Amino acid sequence: MSGDGAPGRFGLTGREQAALALFFGAMALAPLVVGDFLLSVLLIVFYFAFVGQAWNLMMGVAGQLSLGHALYVGLGAYAAAALYVHFGVPPLVGMVPAMAIAAAAGASIGFLAFRFRIGGVYFALLTIAFAEFTRILFSHIGWLGATEGFFLPVENRSDMDFVNLRGSPEMFYYILLALTGLALALVRGLMGSRLGYYWLAIREDETAAEALGINIFRTKMIAVMISAAMTALAGLVMAFYYNNLFPGDVFGMHRSIEIILAPIVGGLGTLFGPIIGAFVLGILGEGLTIALEAAGIATAGVKQLVYAVFLFAIVRFMPGGLWPFLATRLGFVRGGRK
Amino acid sequence: MSAAPLLKVEGLRKTFKGLVAVDAVSFEVDEGSITAMIGPNGAGKTTTFNMIAGAMAPDSGEIALAGQSLAGLRADQVCHAGIGRTFQIVRPFPKLSVLDNVLIGGLRDGSSVATALRAARETLDLLGLGKSEDQPAGTLTLPERKRLEVARALACKPRLLLLDEVMAGLRPNETDELVATFRALNKDRGVTILLIEHVMRAVMALSDVVYVLNYGKMIAHGTPGEVVADPAVLECYLGEDTEI
Repeated sequence: MSGDGAPGRFGLTGREQAALALFFGAMALAPLVVGDFLLSVLLIVFYFAFVGQAWNLMMGVAGQLSLGHALYVGLGAYAAAALYVHFGVPPLVGMVPAMAIAAAAGASIGFLAFRFRIGGVYFALLTIAFAEFTRILFSHIGWLGATEGFFLPVENRSDMDFVNLRGSPEMFYYILLALTGLALALVRGLMGSRLGYYWLAIREDETAAEALGINIFRTKMIAVMISAAMTALAGLVMAFYYNNLFPGDVFGMHRSIEIILAPIVGGLGTLFGPIIGAFVLGILGEGLTIALEAAGIATAGVKQLVYAVFLFAIVRFMPGGLWPFLATRLGFVRGGRK
Repeated sequence: MSAAPLLKVEGLRKTFKGLVAVDAVSFEVDEGSITAMIGPNGAGKTTTFNMIAGAMAPDSGEIALAGQSLAGLRADQVCHAGIGRTFQIVRPFPKLSVLDNVLIGGLRDGSSVATALRAARETLDLLGLGKSEDQPAGTLTLPERKRLEVARALACKPRLLLLDEVMAGLRPNETDELVATFRALNKDRGVTILLIEHVMRAVMALSDVVYVLNYGKMIAHGTPGEVVADPAVLECYLGEDTEI
């Protein structure tokens, strides 16, 4: 057969590498040619690509369904913002405790669920419950602005101050682009490692995985903590980009749901799925807004309706997501686990 | 019995909501032997296996591997202690390739992914699954999945291999092939084997010792020849007053 496997069994094929280089190269040049509006769209696209990758690691790779990832977005955002506003700690330093707090929250949920063998939808319910009660909790913390919101001082919109994350949208765009690239490299590395194989085994069949000597509890805990820490980092960047935080918005259920759409549409458990999904959904969402405006349709809910039909179509006709579908047609596919 | 047995089970008992599934079962598996456990459906064989493998806690009784008690160990710890198992109702990782299924087992002893990959190819060849290595395990036929179960358990490099009805559904020539494979494993690699089996052709050909379970109780044991001639065994399989 393929003897030694396709070129670099644990790496990327030459074609994939070329496509990736082309893609990230083009995206790095994008701010030079696109206008402010399109840049803000691309910025959000990369936010979703990054958090999508984080969620995908936990669900697509390790098989643990979280519907409460807004919890980690919010904890990362609030922790870094509070450290900056109240103590003057720059986010470049504040990201460490922000990620640690989110990882600790993930570990608490994981401990409760995995210790008592709560899985599947019950685990998902637990993640929702944690996000919801944190939302309510934060609505009552005056020190963090409660429901009135927590604000970062808006200043210095032109420089690129990476330490304090004060700067132009271009700076935030490049940060999110870099994070997306780093997340891709991290997940790819993990998937070829012992840990990655353990996660896949657990996703496929926990009982069989355990019989092969895999410590289920520990392995799942690591997945949740890495995913939570990555998501917190995304929350931090968005907090400093938007400069305002409201518990109902940051911890809201809709935040958790929008995070999971890109990887599902793009292809659950695939490396490129979250990026493809984020692009398609981002462009679709903004495209719809523009198209509906041009057509003079102002009826509330039309956009959501078209969006929903699109999601139905994906699930119905490409249950594996867009990437596996595209990969076959573009000649990226090879045997195995991609 | 000369040396201490590799596996020693004593007074094992398990009840499910009052129903006694396994009752005071004791037996031993000698190092280097092939031992079979037979009995009618529902006799408690798989339950006994699950308790040995740490998938289920016994109500009482002792299980020891090479003198070390396995009490309170989880399934993954039992695997690390040196027991590999297959599942009667096969549990492949369906979306992963056949090769990855076996590779994962090979990571048990701390091997690197690359080492486990090489070992997995060897194990697959040994079980005649080499040609299917790139296929998702979910697409294999049932007899192939049974062999994959064996390959995956073997990849963990166990001292004791628990085989739960891996011959079921195989054609006689396939059974003979697998029997030859187990013989070779036992001889060349020194793997001790404890098997549950209904296919008497395999039991007779393989086992040094046969234990017979019926209604959760051990009713007989001995060489294959002795056991099939035991009136108690004939009775449990064929009913009373059977004329032979």
